[in-house]
Amino acid sequence: MALCDVVPTLLCKFPAIDEGTIRVVRKTIDENFKALVRAYANVIDVVVAPLQWFLNLLERSFTGAPWILVLAILMALVFAASRSLRITLGAGLAMVAIGLLGLWNDTMITLAIVTVSTLLAILIGIPIGIAMARSDRAQGVVNPVLDVMQTMPSFVYLIPVVMIFGIGKVPGLISVVIYALPPMIRLTNLGIRLVDKEVLEAADAFGSSPWQKLKNVQIPLALPTIMAGINQTIMMALAMVVIASMVGVGGLGRNVLQAINNQFFTIGFLNGFALVGIAIIFDRASQAYGRRLQKHSEVVHG
Amino acid sequence: MASHAIEIRNLYKIFGPRAASHIEAVKAGIGKAELNAEHGHVLGLKDINISMPAGAVMVVMGLSGSGKSTLIRHINRLIDPTAGEVLYDGVDICRMNERDLREFRRHKTAMVFQKFALLPHRTILENTCYGLEIQGVPSVERRRRAMGWIERVGLAGFENHYPNQLSGGMQQRVGLARALTNDAEILLMDEAYSALDPLIRVDMQTVLLDLQKELKKTVVFITHDLDEALRLGDKIAILRDGEVIQQGSGQDIVRCPADDYIAAFVKEVNRSRVIRVETVMTPLVGLAEGPPIAQGSVLEAAARQMSGHRVSVAHVVDASGRPVGRVELSAMVGAMVSPGEQDGPRRAAAE
Repeated sequence: MALCDVVPTLLCKFPAIDEGTIRVVRKTIDENFKALVRAYANVIDVVVAPLQWFLNLLERSFTGAPWILVLAILMALVFAASRSLRITLGAGLAMVAIGLLGLWNDTMITLAIVTVSTLLAILIGIPIGIAMARSDRAQGVVNPVLDVMQTMPSFVYLIPVVMIFGIGKVPGLISVVIYALPPMIRLTNLGIRLVDKEVLEAADAFGSSPWQKLKNVQIPLALPTIMAGINQTIMMALAMVVIASMVGVGGLGRNVLQAINNQFFTIGFLNGFALVGIAIIFDRASQAYGRRLQKHSEVVHG
Repeated sequence: MASHAIEIRNLYKIFGPRAASHIEAVKAGIGKAELNAEHGHVLGLKDINISMPAGAVMVVMGLSGSGKSTLIRHINRLIDPTAGEVLYDGVDICRMNERDLREFRRHKTAMVFQKFALLPHRTILENTCYGLEIQGVPSVERRRRAMGWIERVGLAGFENHYPNQLSGGMQQRVGLARALTNDAEILLMDEAYSALDPLIRVDMQTVLLDLQKELKKTVVFITHDLDEALRLGDKIAILRDGEVIQQGSGQDIVRCPADDYIAAFVKEVNRSRVIRVETVMTPLVGLAEGPPIAQGSVLEAAARQMSGHRVSVAHVVDASGRPVGRVELSAMVGAMVSPGEQDGPRRAAAE
């Protein structure tokens, strides 16, 4: 005899709202949302246009330029950031390997979208992080939003993104930014909140304005943490470009998607490794840069 | 640029979310423990009235939790009072708006912190410039002025080092240089030397005394060390549980401690370095005997002079060299050694 034989049905089988009601609610929301998107289509196009332009510009210059020039610039940037010959040579070797495997063009497309989305995430994330650090109320509002952004399966928010922006590069870019944004915001907030209270008090005692305090004390002292945020953002952007390929982003992600659909084991892994390659280049270069920023704290008086 | 006196009047500070609603109870005499137990608020400062003399060193002494750091933060309003006034040059700092307060902090005050509070990502020179940078002084000018002070505090050659590369004593010299570069009338020193080891602390005290001779700033110095207070302070206020229990010159405090608490404090003090010759001086009768001793000398210095001359009587002279009184070694020794039997509170404290 099951327990449900003795317990009233109401307590045994969950009393869900009946399907008819849910269907109506669902249809209403979906239709209204679609109507809203249709009504504001012009506005959305205008907003999206600069992103489209910037992404296309970057993509064209990455893919259009001679590979040797791109490689030289990339290695120069890595060296400027890390000041390490080892990391620079490693980056060069990884890019050469990618080129030899015929993935150069796809890698350039991926690099372009990762660059744009990282820049966007920094541009959006740092001010929000600063606002959160300054006000507990802002933190109380933003934190749950970030929690949702980070736990909501990325496939799910592809749906509204596609409904609003359609299929293409820019919707992909936007979904990458949404996915990559939380660590940027969180670590900016954390970094600023961790700044030594005594140093802040000193800044106050000398009559710093809020902006002077932010510029001279909070941002510089939070910079190592903010750099860790940028690093995380890049890594998450690289992970997301694969998923974003489902809504029309090209590059390495699309190859991976095709490999999944067709069970192309080797192609899948080669493209995957190419992503890992650029991830490692970005990671090592940005971490070395972050460490260099903290040089002043390394030499401790004995 | 003359410094002015700082007048603190009826200052109260209660910590807690509804501080203002408890001020009447505190004024009516509710105690620190009672306020905490019944209302969950902490009494930080209670009815503080101190007149900090212009161009002199005012020492506020107390043990941890006595409210001394809270008090100094009211002078540049890093902490807002619950009630009362802090007057400087006729203006109540507690009533300034944000802009006036910022200007006041930029131009009138400079602060030195216990834990130095230097900017770790900036070099010594950039740290020293900080106040001027905030004021908007042009870069060349602020470097010139900062370099002058870096040299004055003995850090020439270290201007391009980072704070982490310096020892604690050197870091506090930077803190001092940073404050002095501001060229402010008020110098606030919050346990500035407490984190330094004893020899370096004495060294830094000397630096401050030497500088003060020519700068004549209104210095507010917070310490928990009575020796330091006596050495530096033209005037000393002793704080306990947020209340001033005695204020006066170092000599007043050593000779007439207001209660057992202070008596216990001053018991171990080297009195011969605090008490001045005027205290044991008797009116001059007849000729001035023995070597001349400058008015204001401490007993130790006078005794050294007298034993050098192998005499037991000397005369005290004022700044113009005119004899004003006589001192006897026996009276001096009487004042130097600990308390006479009639000194009630002291004996009670010693038991």
